[in-house]
Amino acid sequence: MKELKLMKGNEALAEAAIRAGCDAYFGYPITPQSEVLEYLSREAEKRTGMVVLQAESEVASINMIYGGAGCGKKVMTSSSSPGVSLMQEGISYIASAEVPCLLVNVQRGGPGLGTIQPSQADYYQSVKGGGHGDYKMIVLAPSSVQEMADFVSLGFDLAFKYRNPVMILSDGALGQMMEKVELQPHQERSTELLQEWATVGRTPDRDSNFITSLHMQPEQMEEVNIHLQNKYKLIAENETRVECVNCDDADYIIVAYGLVARVCHNAAQLGRDKGLKIGVIRPITLSPFPTDYISKASEQVKGILDVEMSAGQMVDDVRLAVNGKKPVEFYGRMGGIVPTPEEILAALEEKLVGGK
Amino acid sequence: MAKVKGDVVIDIEVCKGCELCIVACPTDVLGKSKQVNNKGYQYIVKVKEECTGCESCALVCPDAAITVYRKKKQAV
Amino acid sequence: MEEKVMEAVNAEENICVPENLIYQRPETLLDVPMHYCPGCAHGTVHKLIAEVIDELDIQGKTIGVAPVGCSVFAYQYLGVDFSEAAHGRASAVATGIKRVMPDKYVFSYQGDGDLAAIGTAETIHTCNRGENLLIIFINNGIYGMTGGQMAPTTLPNMKSTTSPYGRDVQTMGNPLVMTDLIKQLPSVYYITRQAVNTAGNVRKAKKAIKKGFQYQDLNKGTSFVEIVANCPSNWKMTPLQSNKFLEDQMFPYYPLGDIKVPEKEVK
Repeated sequence: MKELKLMKGNEALAEAAIRAGCDAYFGYPITPQSEVLEYLSREAEKRTGMVVLQAESEVASINMIYGGAGCGKKVMTSSSSPGVSLMQEGISYIASAEVPCLLVNVQRGGPGLGTIQPSQADYYQSVKGGGHGDYKMIVLAPSSVQEMADFVSLGFDLAFKYRNPVMILSDGALGQMMEKVELQPHQERSTELLQEWATVGRTPDRDSNFITSLHMQPEQMEEVNIHLQNKYKLIAENETRVECVNCDDADYIIVAYGLVARVCHNAAQLGRDKGLKIGVIRPITLSPFPTDYISKASEQVKGILDVEMSAGQMVDDVRLAVNGKKPVEFYGRMGGIVPTPEEILAALEEKLVGGK
Repeated sequence: MAKVKGDVVIDIEVCKGCELCIVACPTDVLGKSKQVNNKGYQYIVKVKEECTGCESCALVCPDAAITVYRKKKQAV
Repeated sequence: MEEKVMEAVNAEENICVPENLIYQRPETLLDVPMHYCPGCAHGTVHKLIAEVIDELDIQGKTIGVAPVGCSVFAYQYLGVDFSEAAHGRASAVATGIKRVMPDKYVFSYQGDGDLAAIGTAETIHTCNRGENLLIIFINNGIYGMTGGQMAPTTLPNMKSTTSPYGRDVQTMGNPLVMTDLIKQLPSVYYITRQAVNTAGNVRKAKKAIKKGFQYQDLNKGTSFVEIVANCPSNWKMTPLQSNKFLEDQMFPYYPLGDIKVPEKEVK
């Protein structure tokens, strides 16, 4: 049964968490994502018994996640850019100890305290491992309120399938804007997930379970790293997601993710109205990155434009994928500004078409 | 009157020879060995038989190396 | 059979038989050598935790949180499920565990650097929320694992590798007495300061730790058990000298005893 509602992205995400059977949320207020904590504080406990706790800081909340996730429970947190920076140490521990959890970054403009307007400048931090050590999160990039909601249960599924932290990388506009959203039916809170590795109290038939990232012997530490890298490879093989619109006959391709991908669809349409065959590739998983897909798509086009609300971060991965076969140009706005379709089309014409 | 007699068994490979038990013992039963264990520690040994089984040595032992026995024996 | 009886009569009687056993290594303390220096209180406190877990028969219901510091490997010695926290975050990790597993016994085991320096905020707020768990605080006034640097609890004029001329309170501040901070918080149920330097103190410390576990049944708030401990290696003393230093220097600054007790004691 379809249940349609008009909701803010942050609220849709919070509602989806309740419906996904999330066991606990630990978070700290920060604009532009505070509605997640507010909505859950209002709704969650009375409806499903879900734990909602406002921590004293993002440092504390990510470590509460580490503890709760270590018990095999479905736990999540959300924050915005400066808060996510504070969480990086904890995320590194979580990735190393392989505890599944869902993290949400509703990005705002930076660096520093920055602005509360939408941005995509945390791409590097999210996909390259923002904390110390060789690790990767699975990073999902929603571009609608619908996906803000849908990626919650997808995120939990992937987190538990691979025992890996999953991040939903959103932005302030997606968090704040209202759209129609189709809500999923309620899932039971599976409070006894009974993950065999979890710290739930030792039973006589097994040794103690440890959630740890400490391995003093270098050989042992390397083994852990090899295991993680193999896991990331497997994730890349199985879980890469990408959306492609009008790429079959395209002479030019725009690569963009999240909110700005929607603007790029309009830019592509404006271009087609003028006779320019433009397609749009939207990576849905930023990590794993759809490298092969972009590599293949680049073969039949004249050029590629990467568009981001940043100084150009994902463009590095697009260039690696294209590997010099075709020109890759970049257009971006920073500091919380969303580019217009006209600007994007003009950039494409100037950088790629005009160069003919 | 019942006479209490105790005894201790020291796991000499676990013992680090810290001597906390020696000073804890009210009847000076324990002393240091001239030998060392596999880790190179001069471990603790019983040097007298006056153990009362009071547990003091075992309580202060950081390595839980001491097991204590105590028997209530009828006086002859 | 006959021969054995003869032996017992004739020779020194062997009383080391199971029926006379009164004290042994607790089951929860795993049968592996601990890495702690000779005479270090960590081993003694680990042993007490294990004894309490055995006596309460809660091995299957206990989840521990280890800190960063010398006791980072606590999980290798105590046979219960364990989470190894980042430096300073043990109380937050314990909060996360207890909130999703409220019927389990949860304790964090933290040193002075972990609990009173880098993790001060987590400690205060965990106590202020009255999280229903036990915090065991090992205060030896020095950073052990990193090699003897100054801790927030280092005594005035006490030497460390980063206060080589003694802690100058003018520039380095005074020792932080954590119990003074948290005793202000109404949500803390039980605060005590103990030591394990003598057999008598070991018995008292064990009782305190036991209460910290038992109080979790009542769901009345946080229990905080501080153990004023020695660090022979980094104090550059023998174990016996370090225990003397405890009595002469540490206890006057950190007096032993209960600081906040519940109005009605539980049995």
